[in-house]
Amino acid sequence: MMPILQRIMLLLAILLPMTIAWGEYGDVILNTRAESEDVSPVIFPHWFHRIRFRCSVCHVELGFELEAGATVITMDNISSGKFCGACHDGEIAWDAGHCDLCHSGRAGLETGIRGGHETMGPGIW
Amino acid sequence: MTSTAPKMHRRIAAGVLAICAAPLYADNWQPLKDDGIHDPENPGLKIMQNPAEALSVLPSDTAGNNVDWIRALQNGDIKPVASSKPGTEVKILDLDVIMTATGPLGYVIFPHRPHSEWMSCENCHEELFISKSGDNPINMGKILDGEYCGRCHGAVAFPLTECNRCHSVARTDKLSGNAVEQSDGSDKR
Repeated sequence: MMPILQRIMLLLAILLPMTIAWGEYGDVILNTRAESEDVSPVIFPHWFHRIRFRCSVCHVELGFELEAGATVITMDNISSGKFCGACHDGEIAWDAGHCDLCHSGRAGLETGIRGGHETMGPGIW
Repeated sequence: MTSTAPKMHRRIAAGVLAICAAPLYADNWQPLKDDGIHDPENPGLKIMQNPAEALSVLPSDTAGNNVDWIRALQNGDIKPVASSKPGTEVKILDLDVIMTATGPLGYVIFPHRPHSEWMSCENCHEELFISKSGDNPINMGKILDGEYCGRCHGAVAFPLTECNRCHSVARTDKLSGNAVEQSDGSDKR
């Protein structure tokens, strides 16, 4: 008969991978206002964008702060060509009418960066 | 029984470790519907690209999201736009900064070149880092807290568990080449 400690460890080994899920490294979740305004949280995939743009395009020229949630982004300023709206205009990239493509997060997600030190690394060890 | 028990313990421990570590190290590019943050019911998922499709063809790394982004750029595997303003040149700075106030660890070598290939000077200077040598009181606590290097490393660039990538100069090595030596200031305050 297996000792109780080993049984617990085996159970953890089976259950732990099922409970850990963290998105892709660098994913940004924005939910400062989204859910309170009845839309799903936004997930911004860094990996997709950095294949196409260097950091300075968005973080210097478009004014995105280097901190998740620090930049106040609204649909109004996107529609007027600021922030995401600089590219998501229907010409460079699909326009802001495709709500589901940004507002794609599960309910209850907190604003922050995923796959980094905030979630997996030494910052919380 | 007594002689096989320790072996059994070791096997079980190894099995537990392997199973727990598997999602951390093996399948780093989960489909969006399984990544724990996307709503699997979102109809948009049908047309969104999954990370594995784009990232598996890039030079690999052992940390972060398993992509060596520096090499991907240098090899020309990706050609990210440098600026939204036509005619803007990418300024490459080939200057290493050596930080020597690193306690018992190896000196830190900060290479401007790969950073300036990805970013413009304004990304870091003068808000995150003051350009003047010795004026940045950097320490690991602040970095782990998301300041200085930690603004990107551990979030979108290789994580802070990769100590030797920064602490890469043995304390016995002579410093040479195109480098400026800089105490990071943390030992003065």
